[in-house]
Amino acid sequence: MTINQSGWRPTTPQAGESGGQTFTGNRALMLEEPLIFEIGSTETTGVDFAEAPSGKSRLGGLERSKAIGLPGLSEPEAVRHYTRLSRQNYAIDLGLFPLGSCTMKHNPRLNERMARLPGFADLHPLTPVDACQGAFEVIHQLAHWLVTLTGMHSVAMSPKAGAHGELCGVLAIRAALDAKGEQARKVLLVPESAHGTNPATAAFAGFSVEDIPATEAGRVNLEALKARLGPDVAGVMITNPNTCGLFEPDMKAISDAVHAAGGFVYCDGANFNAIVGRVRPGDLGIDAMHINLHKTFSTPHGGGGPGSGPVVFSEALTPYAPLPFVEKQGDHFVLVEEETAGEHHASSFGRMVAFHGQMGMFTRALTYILSHGADGLRQVAEDSVLNANYILRSMEDVLDAPFAKSGPCMHEAIFSDKGLPEGFSTIDVAKGLIDEGFHPMTVYFPLVVHGAMLVEPTETESKATLDQFIGAFRSVAERAKGGDLAIKTAPHFAPRRRLDETLAARRPVLVYKEPQRAEAAE
Amino acid sequence: MRYLPLTQTDREAMLATIGAKSVDDLFVDVPAAGRLDGPIHGLPLHASELAVERHMSALAKKNLAAGDVPFFLGAGAYRHHVPASVDHLIQRGEFLTAYTPYQPEIAQGTLQVMFEFQTQVARLLGCDVANASMYDGSTACWEAITMARRVTKRGKAILSGGLHPHYVSVAKTMAKFTGDQLVTSLPTLSPEPDTLDLINAIDDGTSCVVVQYPDILGRIEDMSALAEACHAKKALLVAVVTEPVALGAIRSPGEMGADIVVGEGQSIGVGLQFGGPYVGLFACSEKLVRQMPGRLCGETVDAEGKRGFVLTLSTREQHIRREKATSNICTSSVLCALAMSAHMTLLGEAGLRRLAEINHVAASAAADRLAEVDGVELVTDRFFNEFTLKLSKEARPVVRALADKGILAGVSLGRLYPDAAELQNGLVVAVTETTTEEDVETLASALEEALA
Repeated sequence: MTINQSGWRPTTPQAGESGGQTFTGNRALMLEEPLIFEIGSTETTGVDFAEAPSGKSRLGGLERSKAIGLPGLSEPEAVRHYTRLSRQNYAIDLGLFPLGSCTMKHNPRLNERMARLPGFADLHPLTPVDACQGAFEVIHQLAHWLVTLTGMHSVAMSPKAGAHGELCGVLAIRAALDAKGEQARKVLLVPESAHGTNPATAAFAGFSVEDIPATEAGRVNLEALKARLGPDVAGVMITNPNTCGLFEPDMKAISDAVHAAGGFVYCDGANFNAIVGRVRPGDLGIDAMHINLHKTFSTPHGGGGPGSGPVVFSEALTPYAPLPFVEKQGDHFVLVEEETAGEHHASSFGRMVAFHGQMGMFTRALTYILSHGADGLRQVAEDSVLNANYILRSMEDVLDAPFAKSGPCMHEAIFSDKGLPEGFSTIDVAKGLIDEGFHPMTVYFPLVVHGAMLVEPTETESKATLDQFIGAFRSVAERAKGGDLAIKTAPHFAPRRRLDETLAARRPVLVYKEPQRAEAAE
Repeated sequence: MRYLPLTQTDREAMLATIGAKSVDDLFVDVPAAGRLDGPIHGLPLHASELAVERHMSALAKKNLAAGDVPFFLGAGAYRHHVPASVDHLIQRGEFLTAYTPYQPEIAQGTLQVMFEFQTQVARLLGCDVANASMYDGSTACWEAITMARRVTKRGKAILSGGLHPHYVSVAKTMAKFTGDQLVTSLPTLSPEPDTLDLINAIDDGTSCVVVQYPDILGRIEDMSALAEACHAKKALLVAVVTEPVALGAIRSPGEMGADIVVGEGQSIGVGLQFGGPYVGLFACSEKLVRQMPGRLCGETVDAEGKRGFVLTLSTREQHIRREKATSNICTSSVLCALAMSAHMTLLGEAGLRRLAEINHVAASAAADRLAEVDGVELVTDRFFNEFTLKLSKEARPVVRALADKGILAGVSLGRLYPDAAELQNGLVVAVTETTTEEDVETLASALEEALA
């Protein structure tokens, strides 16, 4: 028996028959969604409340008189609004998200469930210490894992994200130098290939920044670095594995040279995923390194945060670590903060943030770490490096891979736009990949590679997915090399075509204005 | 190892493609002295979901969750009911597992949420524009101080004694390194905030005055005169809001002349979470926008003329400007911003106003009831949903004793200001729509007993 017994066959509509425009602007499952300001009303609410009992007002004449202008939606409308919007996003749940240096790996849902246990999610940060011992134990256990995995001496848990962790690290360096009377050390040396946050952080903390040159092989130039060290240099900020996806083989020699010259070594740990369980930064002479829990330890990135950036410290910097932190005394966990720092922690550079840091990320990261264990985390590093090298070797005949000849890469593979014809560039390859159903790689970063394409597959991709991605990547690269003009206008199938970023910056519209308000303003 | 899809066969095939004998060959750049030859000793090996769930649940049970007991803690983090749909929506994988929207054609969901959030926050705080979020209120507050320095080219900030002590502490830490001068003071157990002192302290070197509204003791005061005094000396007024629900009932700081309004958005949609992740709010007037820190989303059109959204004014930011950026912030708190935005959309203006009214009436009634207890004096006479009591004895041991009885009575000023002798009898009590009359009665009886 067949399902279609009538003999009817689907046919392709003729052009102009009904294929082009739709009445709604929707295309089947691709649904347009207006702004809440266009569909909601200030009278509508999706939350039921009891009547407010009448009572004494103590607002002292400050009662709000003017309308705020906040539209409301009923619950079904609100759920539909955000669900429709969500479908205009690419996400790791949908497919490979190979943003180099961003480590977009699978986010296990067990992490979400654990973070939502009322004992964690519904716990006030100023709960009396005896009534939140379990929370301090989570912080303490995670701290132990981080210190052990990195081979370092201590960890500051409170920084809110990677860049905040960088700030924590360089402030500890400043405090340690000041304690030695070395206020004159004001320069931090940063490689050109560093994340933009490195120089920005150094400046935010009052340092001046100078570039460290790179070698042809994409590594720090050790001799040039040594030549620049001196009594005005506070230290270096190095990313290892670096942003070209390469391990710095001279890392220990760099650390030794910096230490011998009286400086400290900060390591940007954004790429720790490549070496977790296989290499301990503590063995390489690092003094401080932040760890992005939303990269290596799988806490979800949420479209731009929250992150979490604990910082591990060497013994030399430990006395300067920020408050607060959790200490175990016997069976009891105590909170060391301003009041309890005492003489033992008198050198701490102080508090960086209200409360304790990103507890919701700690529960997720600890859940992930316990799931993988010491053996699983080592496998994480191995598979992430294996996947990246597989892409590197499957692509190097099509795209220029500037460091491929010098050996394997770590967790990410880098390509340049060399060899693309006149008029075609990295952005076209990226947008072409969108039409193939993939999120593009990191583009135009690091700055040391022309038209850089930095591809980080992570360890949570299957070989089948990698093979499909490689097929698509090769096809798009070959179309670009062949001068296929269609790729210049990609994406063709995304919810939006290329967006005019120049217009957005030239005439910024950062908030919605109702049509009558907008007219009145002009 | 449930999160790793490669099979041993896959690994071997891939190594063959690469031309490596083993995965060790891929780590050749690591000097021998830096390599570990097996899993780190002394750490447990991988575990099942069930085993991990047992471990984490046991830890969670050691904590006294707010929902399980009469609960009156505030002081910068507030417990409100969050509709179930908010938590569902932020767990949509397309929001939860997306990255910063660097490829706008496939990130319109997050970008439109950012645009809506910026508009909601700007309107709530009474400003022209808001950014797409900061880490939290305390870091947003420091960013506002540095922004005022850039705008006024002056280095002295005057911080009100009513500003949350953790926020003051963060600013003090940072100022040690940047050379900013901070004028700080402690709050006093009085009904009036320190507005007059602040006005008198403003001089030609002042970059900004930072004032919290409602303040750490729960007090609210019109800041119009303070704003005028700031502007007369060409200084900026920075207002800090740690309980945004209040703005459903009271005038916004922007309306009263604040130039920069920052805040903690946690109380709308985000939850307590033991202090983080939260969501920093940052809003200001349009003319200051190019000095703002953080991500901004802006409206534009695509190649077919359809409306769309992109990250914009990036020339302020670290990935373009590096050491000349307005801030080093990169990842902020966009998922929490989504939670806050969705909760605000569910509330709408009518709902937010009703919620605020319920909070205020409940807090006012609770203040009256607690003031009836012998040994309790109500310090604050104008407040929103949080007020300060002066007890006849030190509040901190009372709070601890009540916690042992399963009552979370409030935040003692002794916890927040351990060195200030004159504040030790102060207790800050927050009352929201989640507080029941029975909770208030339980606290009143327990205080009666503790203070007898």
